[in-house]
Amino acid sequence: MSETVIPYMVKPHPVTGLPNGKFGIWLFLSSEVMLFGALFSSYVLIRIGMPHWPPEGGLSSEVLSVPWGTFNTAVLITSSITMVLAWASCKMGSLPRFKRWMGATVFLALVFLVVKYFEYSDKFHHDHFPSHDNFFAVYFLLTGLHGLHIVGGIIVNTFLLTWGSRMWKTDPEHFTNRVENAGLYWHFVDLVWIFLFPSLYLL
Amino acid sequence: MSVEHHTAGGNGHGHADHGHHELPFWRKYIFSVDHKVIGIQYAVTALVFLLFGFSLMMLLRWQLAYPGQPLPVLGKLLGETAMPGGVMAPEFYNQLGAMHGTIMVFLGVVPLAVGGFGNFVVPLQIGAPDMAFPRLNMVSYWVFLPGCILMVCSFFANGGAAQSGWTSYPPLSDIAPAGQTMWCLAMVLIITSSLLGSINFIVTIVQLRAKGLTYWRLPFFVHAQLVTAFLLLLAFPPLEAATVMQLMDRLAGTSFFLPSGLVVSGEQLKAAGGGSPLLWQHLFWFLAHPEVYVLILPGMGIVAEVIANNTRKPLWGYRLLVYSVIFIGFMSFVVWAHHMFMTGMGTTMSTFFQTTTMIISIPSVVILTCFIMSLYGGNIRFTAPMLFATAFLPMFAIGGLTGLPLGLTASDIYLHDTFYVIGHFHYVVAPGTLFALFAGIYYWYPKATGRQLSDKLGKVHFWLSFVAINFVFMPMFFQGMAGLSRRLYDPTVYAHGRGVQALNVVISWGAWGLALAQLPFVVNFFMSLRAGARVAENPWHSTTLEWAAPSPPGHGNFLTEPVVYREPYEYSVPGKTKDYSPQFQAEG
Repeated sequence: MSETVIPYMVKPHPVTGLPNGKFGIWLFLSSEVMLFGALFSSYVLIRIGMPHWPPEGGLSSEVLSVPWGTFNTAVLITSSITMVLAWASCKMGSLPRFKRWMGATVFLALVFLVVKYFEYSDKFHHDHFPSHDNFFAVYFLLTGLHGLHIVGGIIVNTFLLTWGSRMWKTDPEHFTNRVENAGLYWHFVDLVWIFLFPSLYLL
Repeated sequence: MSVEHHTAGGNGHGHADHGHHELPFWRKYIFSVDHKVIGIQYAVTALVFLLFGFSLMMLLRWQLAYPGQPLPVLGKLLGETAMPGGVMAPEFYNQLGAMHGTIMVFLGVVPLAVGGFGNFVVPLQIGAPDMAFPRLNMVSYWVFLPGCILMVCSFFANGGAAQSGWTSYPPLSDIAPAGQTMWCLAMVLIITSSLLGSINFIVTIVQLRAKGLTYWRLPFFVHAQLVTAFLLLLAFPPLEAATVMQLMDRLAGTSFFLPSGLVVSGEQLKAAGGGSPLLWQHLFWFLAHPEVYVLILPGMGIVAEVIANNTRKPLWGYRLLVYSVIFIGFMSFVVWAHHMFMTGMGTTMSTFFQTTTMIISIPSVVILTCFIMSLYGGNIRFTAPMLFATAFLPMFAIGGLTGLPLGLTASDIYLHDTFYVIGHFHYVVAPGTLFALFAGIYYWYPKATGRQLSDKLGKVHFWLSFVAINFVFMPMFFQGMAGLSRRLYDPTVYAHGRGVQALNVVISWGAWGLALAQLPFVVNFFMSLRAGARVAENPWHSTTLEWAAPSPPGHGNFLTEPVVYREPYEYSVPGKTKDYSPQFQAEG
């Protein structure tokens, strides 16, 4: 098909210093900040309207599992590191090493989801559904939406690991840019969790 | 749906032959990645929804003009649940009101102003071959359309469509029938679509400008679209968050917006409680006030282009206009709670938002003043687009000035939720933005199709619309000042409403007349596709870049890469032989 040639698809724009895709991903992340910002503000507003939090008494750290939360935090931070290493491997021109680190990133993301699955089923087991009270409503809303972002990241990263990596042969620079963009997104998802964990589990 | 494909098809004749091989029909007109086709898809979809949303209101106006009387013919056709015995049921009345607002704003005006004009005109005006992310652009339309269809289908849901006003305030919306769930899902799709679109616009405008096209050489329309894109990018996500929360309240039984001890129909509601209905209002208006500027800024952009072109002189205060539009963009994020003075959020908050509201009115006045000053001393060509653009000025002024009493807490106590409010924002959006959008259609139609719309029919369309629309919205101010509430099913239920009931009859006939006034436009729009006069690149003798491309532009837009030599509105430069010096010509 006849695609029009769009300038700065791969090469950075001389003034902004960014290729189109990277600029786009930063804008996307800014809107994500507004999304999670709105959710965090809602959490604050609902929480200060309550005489006690969690409403049933006790402490957040007693209702949610801090050890598993800590473990998952470590998992996500590690996956951010492997993501950087995957991108660095592309920069250094080694596809096999990229595949190794990207594989590790996807694996760690799956570990995070599995832990989350056990945490959720534990809550359901104790009849703690979102409808139970607003503590669980907030918990499931924020972690659920974050979980969906993790799933999105897994899909993108798996694509880059498999079919997407075919671009390496034809246009390695463009491929490296894509990995970088996926990395920016992945660090953001990681960062959201770093705010979520203390404000939900610890405070 | 078939309509837009036909139109897009009509536009495509004979321009895809600039050295590209032919794409199959479905890639060229349906799942097209060409910004011009996508722009036309958006525009035609939006026009269809504007007509649909308007029809809902014409139906509703019957009940307001003749409360409790059976509607002839149509009343029977709409069925026993909606209109038992031909008389409108209160639930159906509420659906019509809520869906009119939702459809006009989210499915009509914004898609036309941003999705339609933005997509079609912006890449042309900045000299780009397409948007920065053509495939993302296509996805944005194909996320938008299912959202629209879902929204309209909600009329067939059990219990009917959304009926808690276009603002969907909880707790009412949390306990409303299933149509509200579809409203939420449709909104999530529409918000996602506009998010993808806004990213695309910003990257395109920043990265893909032609050589020589600095920010101070951008047409004002592009500046307006850039600010609009930022508003969409940053203001819509909170509503997405709020909509997801409302969905959870409705489907998962949470209580984000449900306070403790809520009693519905004499029974305590079975919910955990502890939520805050005000939270929804904050999240909703955090979007919806910037949204007001999303509605008006592209309109102002179009008016600027049309005025400069038809007065044959540079825009007065071009830089002032740009500074004002950027200032509006920032300020629009800190005025939202002026919609909430009556919620009891406290005097400190109210005072803050009253102050910011007064401040944001200043750049709007500056913009309007610049436009009026632009007319001064001009040798004005009163073409159809110019008539609409000129009428925009007093209409927007009426809409803007009547907003001031609503932004002041003391006068808002009396006027809040009356027909005065309806009159105010309709003056901004209907004879304001919609007139500007009509001006845009008449102005860029030759570029999109290669043919001119009939100027004579355009003038008939304008004058009839102009008279009718003032009969619709002017009496609302008097009704509102008499205290008539905006959402009453039967306006004669209170004594103070009976005094102004005669005006309701005037308004309704005005609205039905306004519908007839659109006939010349519809005829013109379709007839000119085949019978309109053919035009060359630059029929209006304009200066901006879109007029350097062929009419209609082919794939990739420009035959040679455009270079920009000067500022956007160099009309009637002294000492030149022509009265216009295009941006794209080295020798003016």
